Amino acid sequence: MAQMTETAGPMITTTDGTPLKLALARATRRSKLRAFLLVAPLLVFIVLTFIVPILDMLTRSVSNTEVQTAIPETAALLAEWDGRDLPPEAVFASMVRELSDGDRRRDVSRMAARLNYEDGGFRSLLNKTQRQAARIKAGPYREAMIAVDKDWGETRTWKIIQLASPTVTMSYYLNAVDLTYDANGAIVQQPEWQRIYVHLFLKTIYVALGVTLACLVLAYPIGYLLATLPPSKGNLLLILVLLPFWTSLLVRTTSWIVLLQTNGVINDTLVWLGVIDTDNRLSMIYNMTGTVIAMTHILMPFMVLPLYSVMKTISPSYLRAARSLGANPLVAFVRVYVPQTVPGIGAGSILVFILAIGYYITPALVGGQDGQLISNFIAYHMQKSLNWGLAAALGAILLAGVMAMYWLYDRLVGVDNMKLG
Amino acid sequence: MAETKTPFVRFSEVQKTYDGEILVVKDLNLDIEEGEFVTMLGPSGSGKTTCLMMLAGFETPTEGRIMLGSRELNNVPPHKRGIGMVFQNYALFPHMTVAENLAFPLEVRKLSKPDIAAKVQRALDMVELSSFGGRRPGQLSGGQQQRVALARALVFEPDLVLMDEPLGALDKNLREQMQYEIKHIHEKLGMTVVYVTHDQSEALTMSDRIAVFNDGRIQQLATPADLYERPRNAFVAQFIGENNRLLGRVEEDDGRQCTVVVGDVAIRALSVNHGGRGSSTTLSLRPERVTLNPAAGSLPNVFDATVMELIYLGDHIRARVSTCGDEAFIVKVPNAYGHTVPTEGARVTVGWAVEDCRALDA
Repeated sequence: MAQMTETAGPMITTTDGTPLKLALARATRRSKLRAFLLVAPLLVFIVLTFIVPILDMLTRSVSNTEVQTAIPETAALLAEWDGRDLPPEAVFASMVRELSDGDRRRDVSRMAARLNYEDGGFRSLLNKTQRQAARIKAGPYREAMIAVDKDWGETRTWKIIQLASPTVTMSYYLNAVDLTYDANGAIVQQPEWQRIYVHLFLKTIYVALGVTLACLVLAYPIGYLLATLPPSKGNLLLILVLLPFWTSLLVRTTSWIVLLQTNGVINDTLVWLGVIDTDNRLSMIYNMTGTVIAMTHILMPFMVLPLYSVMKTISPSYLRAARSLGANPLVAFVRVYVPQTVPGIGAGSILVFILAIGYYITPALVGGQDGQLISNFIAYHMQKSLNWGLAAALGAILLAGVMAMYWLYDRLVGVDNMKLG
Repeated sequence: MAETKTPFVRFSEVQKTYDGEILVVKDLNLDIEEGEFVTMLGPSGSGKTTCLMMLAGFETPTEGRIMLGSRELNNVPPHKRGIGMVFQNYALFPHMTVAENLAFPLEVRKLSKPDIAAKVQRALDMVELSSFGGRRPGQLSGGQQQRVALARALVFEPDLVLMDEPLGALDKNLREQMQYEIKHIHEKLGMTVVYVTHDQSEALTMSDRIAVFNDGRIQQLATPADLYERPRNAFVAQFIGENNRLLGRVEEDDGRQCTVVVGDVAIRALSVNHGGRGSSTTLSLRPERVTLNPAAGSLPNVFDATVMELIYLGDHIRARVSTCGDEAFIVKVPNAYGHTVPTEGARVTVGWAVEDCRALDA
């Protein structure tokens, strides 16, 4: 009886009295350490090249230190200003002092760039004022500044500086969804002609969905064929599917230009066949059509492979069973085969969708004016306009969208059900 | 006599080739009566599964006709044949529950919802899985999956049910239990069953008649008892049950019985299927029909033998003896009163009746 209670007790120990869990942990520590050391280089690589840049980007999308760095005192004084009339003389005084400080030249030009996002006139206003500020030796500073530029006599100018002063701002995110702060700090819609991003996000989502659907429709029969052909023929077909992977993305995209352009192969053939006349050649490139066609082609293997890997595991006896039970071929396929391929459909769709939503090169090359997607604008703000904050905000929204999609997929299908190969 | 009434299933002169070079099924003729349980038995590659697949409609005969009642089946697609089928690996649809699996054949036949529910429940009751309707096939044991597969093939009440090695994946005990269950269901429902297996004991247990396949042909079609007791040729004798083979030459033949010289002894045997006087023949002899040390004069065939090996098997003892030039001659000695067990190396005599020794093709 005593023995029984001992073994049935909550703490199981080894013969020398150490708890079993502890003994197990000790025994596996070495192998765990070794496993960790094996993945450590990759871990470091990923942290440095992936996690850190993403965190940096997320920080950039809300970071707003330009005004604080260039004119800290003026910003502090402006924070107390009620904004009804022009700011008090002290604000003008410290502004003149800080703008005329030669060591701050670079900071001021950064601030000018930042404020220029809020209002187009700020860069020239600040440059002009900075040049002349050194000549203002004594007060009253208010009149002196208004003499330099009459914009300094407007409350709106100061309001913008005041609103841009906090070190953390939502203004990039607001800009990214076509909103902005008005002069009173309230969130309002951008003027009609500046609203582009919401439309662009929606367009990107539509294009990604369309490309995903097109890939699915085109890849499903290929996957089925691959899975049901005898291995020798199946392998040949698989190589044909993989062939695009081994060709440069640039080559593939430019070959679509050759095919689709106004004087390209397809238009020439159609004219030759008399389907269209030469004045009405189809425009299939440098627009949305070209983007969708080229992206569908390039992303196709990402749909075929997950489908194929799932279909390969489905025994033909299921279809036979369905038919022997009285289902015609179509019903058997739809009710018995297709449901079993859902993990492959899910995996392929989410893969293609995520790749499509962030696609850059193809729309850039064949998209023309209206085939540009959100990533092209992110690139524009990174490289041309140098508005990194806005680029970061657009990227963060894109990232959040992809995460949301993934979450939705997990809820609907279950990530465990996904089969990537 | 088969000419007077139409058999339920008829294969007539059916041939099948996959590659145009090798005939997998050669000139098959087979009539199956309504309500019969017929087993196609044979080693793998003997054409039995191909025959079943042709009957189910998944393969088309290269030549010949398959009739179901008065209907020619050759050009009828599988889903219009109304034949139930149990597959080797059950082929239960993994994305449907057990009840949905059973409802499938009824739904595609557009039965009303209450009818479907009633029939599904009845089928589940029949295989004693009444409370398992909501489970997925993956959550069932092999034996339970087997029952569901059986119920699914029967739920739409087909007149003909095909079974393709349905018990192959089960362990021995479960397999025997399922054999009885299938047999009882067949007796109760009275449908025609065509069953394919390579397991002879399964075939003997369940069938009304067994068609033994080899090399694309039916070697013998007979009841289990006939098949065991009166094999038509050496293959059947060898394939069904245990069998001693003695190769010899027919010396004398009166049409019923013959004398066969094996080595330097002459054995009296039943003429069944040999080529006549002077031809070589295989003598087939069941180990349990051989008597060890028979009383003098009681049997026509008595020969000297040496016990080479004894294997204790509980209910009987297998004695491997050397006799008539055969080192692997098996005698089953019952472990019962009145039978003395020899010792290894002992000199004994073995004897058997003429009727138990069949002269077959070489």
